[in-house]
Amino acid sequence: MNDFIFFFNQVVVNGISLGSVYALGAVGVTLIFGILRFAHFAHGDMMTMGAYIAFVLASLVAGLGLTLPLPTGFVVLPFAMVIATLIALGIDKGFYAPLRARGARPVTLLIASIGVTMMIQGLVRLFGGVQTRSFFETEPKGLIRIELPFEGVTRPISFTEPQLLLVIVTAIAVFALHFFLTRSRLGKAMRAMADNADLAKVSGINTALVIRVTWIIAGSLACLAGTMLALDVSLQPALAFNIVLPIFAAAIVGGLGQSYGAIAGGFLLGFAETLAVFNWAVLLRPFRDSFPDWFEIPANLALVQSEYKLTVAFVILVVVLLVRPTGIFKGASS
Amino acid sequence: MSFDAVIEVRNVSKRFGGLSAVSNCSLEVARGSITGLIGPNGAGKSTLFNMVAGNFPPSEGTIVFDGQDITGLKPHQLFGRGLLRTFQIAHEFSNMTALENLMMVPPDQPGESLAQIWFKPGVVAAREAEVRQKALDVIDFLKLGHVKNELAGNLSGGQKKLLELGRTMMVDAKAVLLDEVAAGVNRTLLNDLAGNIERMNTELGYTFFVIEHDMDLIARLCDPVIVMAQGEVIAKGRMEELRNNPEIVEAYFGAAVEVTP
Repeated sequence: MNDFIFFFNQVVVNGISLGSVYALGAVGVTLIFGILRFAHFAHGDMMTMGAYIAFVLASLVAGLGLTLPLPTGFVVLPFAMVIATLIALGIDKGFYAPLRARGARPVTLLIASIGVTMMIQGLVRLFGGVQTRSFFETEPKGLIRIELPFEGVTRPISFTEPQLLLVIVTAIAVFALHFFLTRSRLGKAMRAMADNADLAKVSGINTALVIRVTWIIAGSLACLAGTMLALDVSLQPALAFNIVLPIFAAAIVGGLGQSYGAIAGGFLLGFAETLAVFNWAVLLRPFRDSFPDWFEIPANLALVQSEYKLTVAFVILVVVLLVRPTGIFKGASS
Repeated sequence: MSFDAVIEVRNVSKRFGGLSAVSNCSLEVARGSITGLIGPNGAGKSTLFNMVAGNFPPSEGTIVFDGQDITGLKPHQLFGRGLLRTFQIAHEFSNMTALENLMMVPPDQPGESLAQIWFKPGVVAAREAEVRQKALDVIDFLKLGHVKNELAGNLSGGQKKLLELGRTMMVDAKAVLLDEVAAGVNRTLLNDLAGNIERMNTELGYTFFVIEHDMDLIARLCDPVIVMAQGEVIAKGRMEELRNNPEIVEAYFGAAVEVTP
C-alpha cells in the first residue's frame, strides 16, 4: 500500500501539476493559432515573463512586511496577469499587427515570434539576472500531508501548496474558458473566426476585437501558467523556454485550434512524462515473493531516464500524427 | 428614366498583367430584380463579379452601390452597406449549429463589448433574444426548422446553401450577390433553393445579382439576363430572346448551333 501511495505522489500529483501547466500554455498557443493562423513561438517566454512580473510584485508586497495566508506569489497573480496581458497586447500591436496589415504569411509571423522570444529572454536576463530564484525565500512552502487511516500505511499522500493551488486555478480557468466560448457572443465570435476566418470577416464579427480578446486570454493564461510553474519548482530565465516544445506538442496532439483538445493534450503529455520516468520497480517489489527465484527486480525500471523525458512528448506527437493527423479533437491539419 | 439601379458598373476594366480579363464593361442591376450574368468560361464574368463583391479593385472604372461609389471597398465594408454575397462553395461555421450560424451575422452586438457584458447584462440579453428571434424567423422562412440545432458542418450541400441565403436575410441586405448557387446541389433541393430565392424576391423585395452556369435556373429566375463574352457585355434581355438570338448563341458556344427551346 505504501508503494501505491508513492506511485500516487510521484505520478498522479506530478502528472496533474505538469499537465495543468502544459494545458494552460497549450490553450494560449492553440487560440492564437486558431485566430491568427501562426505558431506563436514566444509563448513560452511570455510565461517566463509573467512569472518574473509576479516575482517583482511579490517582492514588493513582501517588502511591505505583510504576512498572507497564501503564498505571496499567488496573491499578486491577478495583478501580474493584468500587466502581462497589457504587455501581450503591446507585443501584438508593436510586432504582429503591422506584419498582418501588410499581409505577411504565417511563416513570417512565426519567425517574428522567434525574434520576440529572443527579446523577452534578453530583457528577462537584463532585469532579472541569470540566477535561479525562489518565491519562497522569505516564507515557507506549504506542504500538505494526508495520512490514510489504514493499517500498515505509514506513507502519507503529500503534495505542496502551490501544486494544490495550481490544480484549483487550472480547473477554474478551464471552466471559465468553457463558459466564455460556449455562452457569450464574444466567445462564439472567437470560435466562428477560428472556424472560418473568411466568413467571419464578411459577417458582422468584429475581428479586430476578437484578436484583442485572444491576446488577453492567451497572455493572462501564460502569466498564470508561468507563475504557478515557478511557484511549484523555481524561477529561472529558461523556466518556460524549456517546455515550449512539449506545449506545442500538446496543442498539436489535441488538434490545433481546439481549446478542449489543448487541455486534453496537455494532461495527456503531463501524465505520459511522469509515467515514463516513474520507476516501476517500486510497484513490483511488494510481489517479490511470488516471482520465481531467477527473476530479480532491477533497481530502476523507468521507461525513460529523466534527462530524456522531453522526448516522451515527441514520441506521442509522432504516434498521434501518424494515426490521426488532425489531432485528437480534429483541429486544423498543418 | 424611372430605372432605379442598385448596382451600377461603369466602364470597368480589369487587367491581370498583360491579360485583359474585363474591358470597359457597364451594366446595371435594377432594384427588386433578379439579374443574371452568364457567359462562356473565360468571359470575365467571375472577374466582374469579384470586383463588385470587393475581392479586388478594378483597374479602371467605378462601381456604384445604392447611389454611392464603392469602388475598391473590401468585402466587410460592403457588408456594412448591405451588399452581401454567397459563396460558390458554401461557407459555414462548421462547429456551430445552424441557428448559431445565423446569430453570428448581425454586427455590433452589445455582447461583443467587454464593458457591456459586465455593466449592461440586460441590454446584452435583450439584444441576444432579439437576434435569436430574427434567426428563428429566417429559419422558418427557409423551412430549415428541422435542422436548426444541427451542427452546420453536418448539413447537406443544399442546406448549407439555404443557410447562406439565411445569412443575407439576417441583416436585411439591400442586394445579394449569388455565386453559382446551383453548383453541387441536387435537382430537388435546387427547386427548393430557387423557390426560396423567388420568395425572397417577391415577398421581401430582395435584389439578386446571379452568376450561374445552370441555364435552367437562370431561365427560371432571372430577368433580365446579361451575357458576357471575351471581357465585354454583348447582350442583355430576357432568356427566351437571348436563346433565339443567333449571335449570342454563337458567342456562347463558339459556333452557331440550333437551340431547341
